[in-house]
Amino acid sequence: MSRKVLLIEDEPNIAEAIRFLLTREGWQVETHAEGSDALQVIQGADPDLVILDVMLPGKSGMEILRDLRELEHMQGLPVLMLTARGQSRDREMAENAGVSRFMTKPFSNTEMLTAVRDLHAQATQS
Amino acid sequence: MRDTLTGSRIRERRQIAGLRQAELARQVGISASYLNLIEHNRRRIGGKLLVDIAGALTVEPSVLTQGIEATLISALREAAADAVGQQAELDGLEEFAGRFPGWAGVLSQMHRRVVSLERTVETLSDRLTHDPHLAASMHEVLSTAAAIRSTAAILADTQDIEPEWQDRFHTNLHQDAERLAESSKSLVTYLDESDSDGDHRGVPMEDVEAFFEAHGHHFPEIEEVGEEAEIDLSDLESAAARTVTREFLKVYAADAKAMPLDRLQAALAEAPLDPLQLAARFSVNVATVLRRLAALPGGYLGRPTGLVICDASGSILFSKSVPGFAMPRFGEACPLWPLFQALNRPLVPIRKRVVQLGRTAAVFDCFAYAWPQHISDFDDGPIYRSVMLVRSVEDVAQDEQAVARVGPSCRVCPSSDCASRREPSILSEGF
Repeated sequence: MSRKVLLIEDEPNIAEAIRFLLTREGWQVETHAEGSDALQVIQGADPDLVILDVMLPGKSGMEILRDLRELEHMQGLPVLMLTARGQSRDREMAENAGVSRFMTKPFSNTEMLTAVRDLHAQATQS
Repeated sequence: MRDTLTGSRIRERRQIAGLRQAELARQVGISASYLNLIEHNRRRIGGKLLVDIAGALTVEPSVLTQGIEATLISALREAAADAVGQQAELDGLEEFAGRFPGWAGVLSQMHRRVVSLERTVETLSDRLTHDPHLAASMHEVLSTAAAIRSTAAILADTQDIEPEWQDRFHTNLHQDAERLAESSKSLVTYLDESDSDGDHRGVPMEDVEAFFEAHGHHFPEIEEVGEEAEIDLSDLESAAARTVTREFLKVYAADAKAMPLDRLQAALAEAPLDPLQLAARFSVNVATVLRRLAALPGGYLGRPTGLVICDASGSILFSKSVPGFAMPRFGEACPLWPLFQALNRPLVPIRKRVVQLGRTAAVFDCFAYAWPQHISDFDDGPIYRSVMLVRSVEDVAQDEQAVARVGPSCRVCPSSDCASRREPSILSEGF
């Protein structure tokens, strides 16, 4: 069974590049570009990993993450958060909200792939 | 503090001048050994000998006696206090500054620079947090850069990329490069304008309000010659602030033409303030009257008077502050203000006595009126703006039950049971 990643990113060209990279790594990639219903989409898609942008239309990635971690069965889901703001304050907020990994834009493809591989490996080991 | 370092300064200055101890001693008529004692601060020095040594070293005697300025010492103390993980020898501070005034100056200058840069960083960080335009622009630039970086790396690193993916990525790259060029240009223009603003106020509306405030919201030149008056806008360094100010001055000139100062003054002397009567007398709409009243020189209306104008979205476009009535800057005002109620009932003049909850709980008479800003076509609904004149009330004792309670903005409003609250207040209790 293939591994599934849900990519929540409103920037279509970033989403397309990430989709291409992860598909070639054997991931099944689903994308979503809206924040307001992202929580429902995550629950419906039941992914192995979520890549979540911070600045999304409708609802911020930070809020989505907080709501997600409120759900008992979603507490162990690996979430890689992408943001254009790398201030320590934002990083701290993301950590408090329960992020698994925090990545600042612009990131390299290698960084992205490594983070996804690491997070997935950690999740499957635990 | 008694200065004990004159000798050290003499020694330092002699060395700078390239003189040997014996040479300087001979020039001023003392023995080299005596000069040596002086230079090691073992003999006090003053009077003619000090003047002679200073002359030989071509410096003012005060440079040798007073040494460094108190400000330099104080700056060095601050630098030492701010140092992290480094303990400076404060006991030796004066000696350090006296023996190495150049280095001490450099250290003090660097510390001042660090402090100034820290302030700039704080300001920029604050602006990044609170300035939505800057935050959105930065996000746009970085997101586009991220897309370009990923796409370009895919094209460069993937050997066996399918032709259709290759075409798609080339198209994406082209689009993103165009977007990046545009968003970077817009961001740089924005930052340039902000940088050239001496007060770093940064947002055009703040500049505009500061400009009107500096003129007391009254422009005698326009009162005299109308729209042709030349008002100096050089204090407004951003193009956006100048454009907005010109528009407001145009409205000011039209209002002044419709309600000339001398006739308005006469009308106000004849009867108590009544905006509706004034509108009828001058054949103008109520909005013109309210704006005009707020533009009168101090003293005409007897009591402090403010003004606030918003557009149909509720965004505050202009404000003239009045003591005791807080006016948030960026459209986060209390929805209970008559200003916003007027938007629900366009063209209906609203008069309400209000108390603004907060520190002073002062009472104000508010006159509000929403008027159509622009009608684009038949059957198209007009877009309204609303204006509110805010006039302080001196004696409220006999009329208290008629006073409506409004807030400044939700965030700092102490009212706990307000149905119109947008967000929790940061005030746990009322003042």
